[in-house]
Order: sequence, then structure tokens, then C-alpha cells
Amino acid sequence: MIWEVFRRGRAGAAFEHSGSVEAPDAEFAEAWAREQYGRRGESVALWLVPRDAVHVVDDWADEFDLKYRRVDGYSIKARLKEARSRVGSTERRS
Amino acid sequence: MRDEQAFIEYVQGGGQVEAGDWMPDDYRAKLLKFVEMHANSELMGVLPEREWILRAPTLQRKLALTAKVQDEVGHAQLIYRVAEDLGKPRDAMFADLISGKAKFHNVFHYPTKTWGDVGVIAWLVDAAAIISQKALLKCSYAPYARIMKKICWEESFHILHGRDVILAMVTGTPQQFELVQEALNRWWGPLMQFHGNPIPRDEDPMWFWRIKSQGNEEARQQFLDGYVPQILELGLEVPDPKLRKNEEGVWEYSEPDWAELKHVVTGHGPRTAERLAFRARFLEQEQWVRDALVAA
Amino acid sequence: MAASPTRQRRYELELLGLADDELIVGWRDSEWTGIAPMLEEDVAFSSIAQNEIGHARAVYELLGDDADALAFDRRPEEYRCAPLVQLHLLDWAHTIARRWLYEVADEIRISALRETLPLAAKIDREEQYHRMHAEMWHERLRDTAPFRAAVEELWPYALGVLPAEQRNALAARIGRPVVDAVERGEHVDGFTGLWEEMTTVRRSAPAGAQW
Repeated sequence: MIWEVFRRGRAGAAFEHSGSVEAPDAEFAEAWAREQYGRRGESVALWLVPRDAVHVVDDWADEFDLKYRRVDGYSIKARLKEARSRVGSTERRS
Repeated sequence: MRDEQAFIEYVQGGGQVEAGDWMPDDYRAKLLKFVEMHANSELMGVLPEREWILRAPTLQRKLALTAKVQDEVGHAQLIYRVAEDLGKPRDAMFADLISGKAKFHNVFHYPTKTWGDVGVIAWLVDAAAIISQKALLKCSYAPYARIMKKICWEESFHILHGRDVILAMVTGTPQQFELVQEALNRWWGPLMQFHGNPIPRDEDPMWFWRIKSQGNEEARQQFLDGYVPQILELGLEVPDPKLRKNEEGVWEYSEPDWAELKHVVTGHGPRTAERLAFRARFLEQEQWVRDALVAA
Repeated sequence: MAASPTRQRRYELELLGLADDELIVGWRDSEWTGIAPMLEEDVAFSSIAQNEIGHARAVYELLGDDADALAFDRRPEEYRCAPLVQLHLLDWAHTIARRWLYEVADEIRISALRETLPLAAKIDREEQYHRMHAEMWHERLRDTAPFRAAVEELWPYALGVLPAEQRNALAARIGRPVVDAVERGEHVDGFTGLWEEMTTVRRSAPAGAQW
């Protein structure tokens, strides 16, 4: 059985996928992952997850322009320049 | 994307692929062969050093050498897992290693004769290996590139340990100094062959597929740049009268014995048969253990 | 009440026995680096061997100025390790059976030392993982013929790790009756060979040489 190993490197960090071990059960997976991913004190915690239990999502539809809900959908430079240039000039809108 | 040309452009532009992605058959085959040879090398590299674990002259050296060899086994595990996820089962790789069908690096076919070898291997052979490993950090195959990060991080103590062992001896008794020089004399040839014969970039499939980011000759030059000064500053001699850095900053040296390299990696090294037989003996002997673990 | 010189000496010899046990079992276990039944176990097993040697070093440092001198520079007959750890076992069934028996015995011994030895608590915390590992293997292999045969063969040696008054506790935990133990004192046949190999590089230079 393949077990995916996620490790938290230090307090406050997120778990990061770091590799995998082949082991017959959770006990062996733990004993082995402890040493392979922790013998230098490089992990404060591990998550061991059977590969089969991981639900993979790796495709998206991106057919229509949905930029309005992302930062890269906005370009405010030109308008900002215009607004700043009007401050202090006589041309003001009432 | 199942278009070989598009794939080539993608990886040559710095793109990386994952285990489940489509890849051209040639890419997959070359990659697997390379990864498998690397895994085999880590595994076989354990054997020359292992006997010295039992003979280490202080507790500190015993612990450090055991930890170093442990790392190598750990690296073998990481790399075999990458090869397994590429589709080749571990048992098949062990079978091909034992039968001689699959290869491992030249340096691990040679005997270790003294504690001097222990120092030279940890200091210089590991240094040569790390240069190769760093050239894999940007490998187009992402799972392999990722484990190389962990491997390079763990290897950093190996070289320091090796250098410390050497320094203790070259500042010890004259006999200890001689042990180091004698070991260096024996290992220099294999070290110069280690990175392989020079291949023009446009003929190098490892470069073409962006598996490696550095050619063989480039790696060798980097090794000489880094380590010849370290060797000379200790009062040791490099056993190659032609070795020198020319006006263009390029190292010149006696032509390595490429015939010897080929002869050794095709399974005819001084210790090849003995070490493979040793591996085979323990694999066979402990098959019942693996069977017992798999049985529910 | 101050310990009499004899009692103090006996205590030190007991600690020396403990240190020598840890040193030699760690030495034997380190031989599996590279050849364990699976790569994953190889890495884990090597850590255990290193820990054992670390424990030996810590105890030697309590007993003398130079841990290396105690570890390497005595004559073979001066070592006080139990026969169990001296056996050269190059098959997994025996090796893991020894590991299991040794850890159970060691726990009993370390517990008894807790009041007099501050280091015992530290050692015990690390040994907790050794025990988990040994128990894990014991559970998996207990019904296999090679493992059972190995335990059967090593049982008298295991009893010899502990002083007589602690053997009933070991018997209860392992589930076997107390039998005649292979006692400390006379080394097994392979011990001199181990000592020679262990000290060969060290003896190749004059005493005090740096390595």
C-alpha cells in the first residue's frame, strides 16, 4: 500500500506533500515515515494518507471571461493617472 | 497535450510534468532508465562503506558514518518510489540490478581498502555526486526534481563529515597522512570517469529532454574547480601530472580511461560480482519477511 | 546512608554492563544498514542502532572521562555485555526476535534504575519508540515459524540480560517460563572477532591518535 506523506516543517506552517512510503498498514507507515521524514527534526508533524484515499482534482473549464472576479481583471493605472492630474487644476466637475 | 513537438517545446521552455501526465515514449524510457540507475547507485553505494561502519575508530565517527549510509538508503527509497510511480515495480528493478541488466555508477564497483577510503569517498565521491544531483533540481520531471531537494539537503553533511575525517588524518601521524594520499591515488581515476565521457550538447538526450541541466564535461570542470584547490591546500598530490587549469580557465587533464569506465559499468568492476551476490543473498533470504508483511 | 565502596562498585559495574549491552547491540544492529528486508525498514532500523550507541556513550560519560576509551580500549574479557547482544545474527528472524526480547528486558532494567540514574528517564523516552517498533514486528511475525524458532532459541539468552530478581517480570511479559539463563561472564564465540573488527582501525595508530 502506498502512503502519501505530508509534513508540517515548523509550527504555523501548512502541511506540505513530501513523498510516499510503501507499507502494509498505518503502524508500519508511521514507523517508517517517522525516520524518513523526521530523523533530523525537520518535521513537527506528519499526515500519512493512503494513496487511494486521496481524491484528485486536476481539471477546470475556463471557457468564458471570468476576469471580473480576479485581480488581473483590473487595470486602474490609466484612470488613476487621469484622476491625479485633475487635482489642483481648474477643470473640475461640479 | 499529446503532441510530441508541443511536449518538447514545453520542457525545453522550462516546463515540468507530473506522474499522471502524458509523455512521449522516448522521454519516459530515457527518464526511467536514468532514475533507475540513480536508485541502483544509491543502493549499491552503501556496500563499500558499510564494512567500515563496523570498524569506525571513535563513537562519533561510527555514528556519523552510520547516519551517512542511512541517508543513502533513504535516498534509494525516495528514488525507487519515483521510478515505481513511472511504472516499474521495485521487485523488477532489483531483479534487473542483480542480473546485470540495469546499471549503477562506476565508483561503487571498486574496493575500499582503508579508513583513508572512507574519508576520500565521503569528501570527493559524494562531492562529485552532489554536482550531478544539483543538475537535476530543475528536472523536467517534477517528482524527481522535488526529491532532489531533500537529497541535496541531506548530502550537505556528508561532504563536511568527509572533509573532517580527512583533516583529522592529514594533521595526524605521517602514516595517517599516507593512508589518505594512497586512497586518493586509487580513487582519482574512477573520480575523473564518474561524470561520463563528454557528449556535445546537441547529442545529449538528457539535455534534450531537460532531465539534466548540465553536461558531463561541465560537471567534471565544476568538480575540479571546487575540489582540486581543497586537495592541494592540504599538501596532498593529485596523481595526474597533466592536471592544470589553462589560460581560459578550463581544466586540462590526462584522458580518463573510457574503456575502463565502460568495462566497469557493464558489470566487470573489481567488486561488481561480489556485491551483487551479497545483495542477492539477502534479498532471497528475507523474501519470507516481505511475504509475511503483505499477507493480511 | 552512604553507599559502601563495594556497593558503589557493583552499581558501576551494573551501569557498565548496561552501556556495554547498548554498545554491542547497537554495533550488531548497525550491520543491517543497507541489507534490511525493505528499504523503509532499513532507514528506521539504522536510527535504532544509532540511538543505542548514543545511550552507550551517555552512560560511559558518567563512568569515565573518555567514552571512546571505554568503548574501544579495553581487552575483550573486560567487557560486561550479556551474551544475547554478542550473538552474530545475520538473518532477520533472529535479529528482530532479539530486538523484541532485548527491548522488553531493557524496559524492566531501566525502570529499576530510574531512582538512581537521572539518565534513565531520557533513555526510556527514546526507547519508547524502539518498543513500538519491536512490538509492531512481533505482532506481524509472531505466528511465523522462523520468528517462533528464533524466540525459542534466544529465550535463555534474553533472561541473561537481567539480574535474577527481574527475570520473573520478563517471563510474564514475554509469556514464557523462566528457564536456565545464559549468564553474563563468559563471552560467546564470536565476541573476540567482533572486538577485533571493532578496534582494528583504532589500534592501527598509537593511543591518543586523532581520527
